[in-house]
Amino acid sequence: MLDLYSPGTSPLHRLSPGPKMLVLMIGATALFLNESLPITVGALCGVLLLYPVAQLTLKQAWQQIRPLLWIFALFFALQWWFSGIALAAYVVLRLAALILLASLVTLTTRSSDMIETMTWALGFLRPLGVNPAKVGLAISLALRFIPVLAQIAQEVREAQKARGLERSVLAVAMPVAIRTIKMADDISDAIESRGYRP
Amino acid sequence: MDTKSIVYIALFAALTAALGLMPPISFAGLALPPITAQSLGVMLAGAVAGPRRGGLALLLFVALVAAGLPLLAGGRGGIGVILGTSGGFILSWPICAAVIGILVAKAPNAGFVPMAVSIALGGLVLMYAVGIPWMAFVGKLGLMKSLTIMVAYIPGDLVKVVLATIVARGLRRAYPNL
Repeated sequence: MLDLYSPGTSPLHRLSPGPKMLVLMIGATALFLNESLPITVGALCGVLLLYPVAQLTLKQAWQQIRPLLWIFALFFALQWWFSGIALAAYVVLRLAALILLASLVTLTTRSSDMIETMTWALGFLRPLGVNPAKVGLAISLALRFIPVLAQIAQEVREAQKARGLERSVLAVAMPVAIRTIKMADDISDAIESRGYRP
Repeated sequence: MDTKSIVYIALFAALTAALGLMPPISFAGLALPPITAQSLGVMLAGAVAGPRRGGLALLLFVALVAAGLPLLAGGRGGIGVILGTSGGFILSWPICAAVIGILVAKAPNAGFVPMAVSIALGGLVLMYAVGIPWMAFVGKLGLMKSLTIMVAYIPGDLVKVVLATIVARGLRRAYPNL
């Protein structure tokens, strides 16, 4: 499965997803409660030090931040203009620390392990009528549907191109939508006819 | 929950992910995240699949993103994006889909304008009402400043509202007992 996981054998990789999520939640809350710039800088350095520990390069850390550089620049400029440079630095560094900490969890945890933990946690909601087996079916179906939808869209686009309609958004969107719903109905009939009762 | 609902939940979660594969429109020079087609998935899930299935579909989508799958536009994903500046928008999606579902279910065969208003209330007004305070909180920006940033997105979102309304109405005509 394609995910953002970066393979490795560090202690962070071996830790199970549950505790990692817990630490992330506590860390994120602490970052928001803290108002001091030096502590934020310290936290950011601490998070960055964890990257080598997790067998990740600083380049990977940079890749987590890079897509957000524009928004960081915008926030920094606005804060600097209205509230001074100290608050500007605090806000941007806090965001960076938060995102790097969260990415650390994402980079060291396989999606499949994370999904497994989530499904396991859903077991506690069983008294409320949540059925983990059905959630599992929905997850597998959703992941399988993504490439199928892309393929349906591609086929319809080619068919409409033959009619000279490839530039019309609706001439593509409508047949895609109708074919998709028909496919979903067929699949649910197929599942039912095989006696699926989770 | 019946099998058909499970399949629909999976379908609309996948649809939102597939819409993220469409190249995002970024307006160069402006320091803003790009306009993506993904909120169209939110609108369609609510208007076509109904409040329960639509809401759960987007909840499934957000859970898959949080689990580290790169399903957001531009191949982004993971908990970092959800905790970041646009996290409020992503987290609002399940609620938005559910609210659109409730509003549309009140008059499922209404004309174009009432349905467009329902979709705009859930998919634009509510989404901004959650996303902008989040942005203001994470970035310690005032509400007004965050609101000003988001004005650039309104035209694109209006186009999505119109498109979602046309597709949802067409689908309801093709499948009267959705």
